[in-house]
Amino acid sequence: MPELRLRVNGEEHVADVPVGTSLAQVLRERLGLTGTKIACNEGHCGACTVQLDGVPTLSCITLAHAVEGEVTTIEGLRDHPLVQAFVRADAVQCGFCTPGQIVSAAALVAANPSPTREEIRHRMAGNICRCGTYPRIEEAILTWRD
Amino acid sequence: MARLIRTEKEVEGRFEEVWLAVEEDPLTQWPAGPRDVVGRPAVRKTGPERARGEARYTADLRLPGMLHAALLRSPHAHARVRRIDLAPALALPGVRAALGPGEAPGLDEEAGFAGAPVAAVAADSLAQARAALEAIDVEWEVLEAVLDPEEAVARGLLLGEPRRYERGDFERALAEADVIVEATYRTQTVLHNALETHQAVCEWVGDTLVVYISTQYLWGVREEVAEAFGLPRDKVRVVCEYMGGGFGAKNGAGEYAFVAAELARRTGRPVRCALTRREENVAAGNRNATIQKLVVGARSDGTIVALGGEFVNAVGWSGWSSSTEGPMKMLYACDNVRTVTYGARINTPPMKAFRAPGFVEGTFGLECLIDELAARLDIDPLELRRRNDAHTNDGVPFSSKNLAECYRLAEKHWERRHEVRARSDATWRYGVGMASQIWYGGGGPPSYAWARVGSDGRATIVTAMQDIGTGTRTAMAQIAAEELGFPLDRVDVALGDTARGPYASISAGSSTVPSMGPAVRAAAADAKRQILELAAQRYGLEERALDVRDGMVVSADGGLSVAVEEVVGLLESGQILGKGARGPNPAGMSVLTFGVQVAEVAVDVETGEVRVLRVAAIHDVGRIVNPLGARSQVEGGIIQGVGHTLSEQRLLDPETGQVLTRTLDAYRMPTIADVPEIVCEFVDRPDEHLTNLGSKGLGEPPIVPVAAAIANAIRDATGAEVRELPITREEMLRALAAARERERRGAPAAV
Repeated sequence: MPELRLRVNGEEHVADVPVGTSLAQVLRERLGLTGTKIACNEGHCGACTVQLDGVPTLSCITLAHAVEGEVTTIEGLRDHPLVQAFVRADAVQCGFCTPGQIVSAAALVAANPSPTREEIRHRMAGNICRCGTYPRIEEAILTWRD
Repeated sequence: MARLIRTEKEVEGRFEEVWLAVEEDPLTQWPAGPRDVVGRPAVRKTGPERARGEARYTADLRLPGMLHAALLRSPHAHARVRRIDLAPALALPGVRAALGPGEAPGLDEEAGFAGAPVAAVAADSLAQARAALEAIDVEWEVLEAVLDPEEAVARGLLLGEPRRYERGDFERALAEADVIVEATYRTQTVLHNALETHQAVCEWVGDTLVVYISTQYLWGVREEVAEAFGLPRDKVRVVCEYMGGGFGAKNGAGEYAFVAAELARRTGRPVRCALTRREENVAAGNRNATIQKLVVGARSDGTIVALGGEFVNAVGWSGWSSSTEGPMKMLYACDNVRTVTYGARINTPPMKAFRAPGFVEGTFGLECLIDELAARLDIDPLELRRRNDAHTNDGVPFSSKNLAECYRLAEKHWERRHEVRARSDATWRYGVGMASQIWYGGGGPPSYAWARVGSDGRATIVTAMQDIGTGTRTAMAQIAAEELGFPLDRVDVALGDTARGPYASISAGSSTVPSMGPAVRAAAADAKRQILELAAQRYGLEERALDVRDGMVVSADGGLSVAVEEVVGLLESGQILGKGARGPNPAGMSVLTFGVQVAEVAVDVETGEVRVLRVAAIHDVGRIVNPLGARSQVEGGIIQGVGHTLSEQRLLDPETGQVLTRTLDAYRMPTIADVPEIVCEFVDRPDEHLTNLGSKGLGEPPIVPVAAAIANAIRDATGAEVRELPITREEMLRALAAARERERRGAPAAV
């Protein structure tokens, strides 16, 4: 089993993981970082979104051994103002998609601190919320610095 | 003393008579309007845990030594397992146990749909379990499959007898009507697709079976599992603290729970059985397709005199035939109604309750029909609805009904239609449509709660209910805080475990707040009474002169103002324990929810693209406990409704019965880019006859009228009759072509 070296939320991890294991699986099963959710496991819903060097990435269809650079999961963004913005705006219903939403939104506001509604709709369209919190998510991102 | 009564219980539009021990409930309702805590927006309890990824869902649970189960599913729409050999699977590395047909509830010899589970394997890893499924040797006897619901009805392949209803003299009323409109409406099969798939982790601890499960009903799972394994109910503990969505599909145990429990029994290890997303799309339940042949007869003044419907519910291999005819029976004052409803048992995946089952489908048909009648009579659709508003439910009085007020509040949105239509050009046509909503949502007993107040002056409401994402913890905490006189941040809610609280109702049928809220209030009142008893004795005052406000025990004359923690603190480690029960529903009354929605759409008449621009929703669900959470429920329901109306459709291969739309790529749910502007208003009047709270449920009402409001807006915009869901571009273009053809023949195309 080839050794896997991963840098996650500022920490270095070394693990023996079979080739072909997804990043999401490593995060959840090996590192215990269960904030990253798996909802479809085939790259269609965005629940597993993490950042790779700041870029939103679907960890369920990313091979762990192919990862180079810094992985940021929701656990690394727990103190991000977006967390409180999501709570304030009631952008959390069942909450299963929420970590992925916040990881995506954090990348969005890092690149553009004042996105328009249109930009939010464009950049967040890959994160499905079945409860339909979308209007609240939009509001949370519009008001994340309040 | 508890009183033993016989009462009617309703869940998801299904009724049964039950015995009930009711406690006297001496609490009078709070006056209408916002209180200190109730009626004011509150952010979600456990919102931060969920947002920070700390909340532990069933999907996140990993127990030491845990095995993973996988299910073998039928490749045929209808087949029987003639012979099965599990030995080759058991011989593979990591495989610890296997089950064949009949060895756990849900694993049957006869597979009634493509995807029906027949066998299961538990292995050290999920990959090993899946690989082992391939090794199971099955000899199938392929049976005849019936996939067409109308064929099933013709051949008498039904779940139960056809349901017939008649009041008045339908035939005569129809014959005497000035105007008759007939139309056939069809709705599609849609899938819940909660983001957490159906799953359970089961573990035996001594003689107790612990079931961790993503569920809407802890106690229902407890009962089903206890019965399946012949256990006393208290030897089954069911846990679900955080839950990743259900929408009706998680009201019971399911084969994944039984399989996990049986494999855990055989191996002595915890076993997890989780559906994949593709399994979720195949076998986890659906809102069944319907065919509705409807007719309405009216006088030229707009009085509806006859309503008739023949409804086919394409139920599938299992499920139940929901009340698709319900809105036709209940929404309008019409003396002559006749309906017949067939539940077709076909070789397709099972129906399960989905957010107002039957009424979503039936309201699409009925409310489109009413608008077609309005067009024929040249009467304003809002005016037509007002003229036919029902004042009783088939002779039974409503506990409260403020639909007329909903209509009044809808006027300003309805008025926008002139300005909206005026935006039309050659390509994009704009229009406005409306639809009314009726549904249950009164909840009912039994339900219990305990209130625990410690010497730190904090309260915890303890009840074994579940929060499925609707904001239950928050609403319950608000009700308790209001009654106790505590600030909201001093009240917590402990739920999600049958071992640590009393029986609580199902989180379905818009029943959580109306069922649980009154029990929580009663428990809080009991605790508060005890706090005041303590204070009265400690300070030598009359108990009735005391109250708790904002965490302080105060006397009416202002002489005493002392913190609750000082009073309860006298007890040191002692606690105040209050208990409360849900009282009965008002006898001889119909408890129902009402509303109206006004949708604005734009239709590209060249490509058939439909855009929903704005939906204004006005609902009457009694007292609103948390306006913030209530708005989220309305928005969520409307967004699911937009998916149901425009894009979502489970497709089957008509030859083989295989589900073709198995991924979230193929099954198209709304994204943030598909969301219209949503305006949400409430009548917010307590139902004076309903419990100590006056609140009804809100989970389901908002999805009920969405499809009809959008379809009616499309007719307003284009003159096209869309009578089939989803309104894809193909369906829209077909309807536009039909409208042009009608116009060519001289019939008026536009309203």
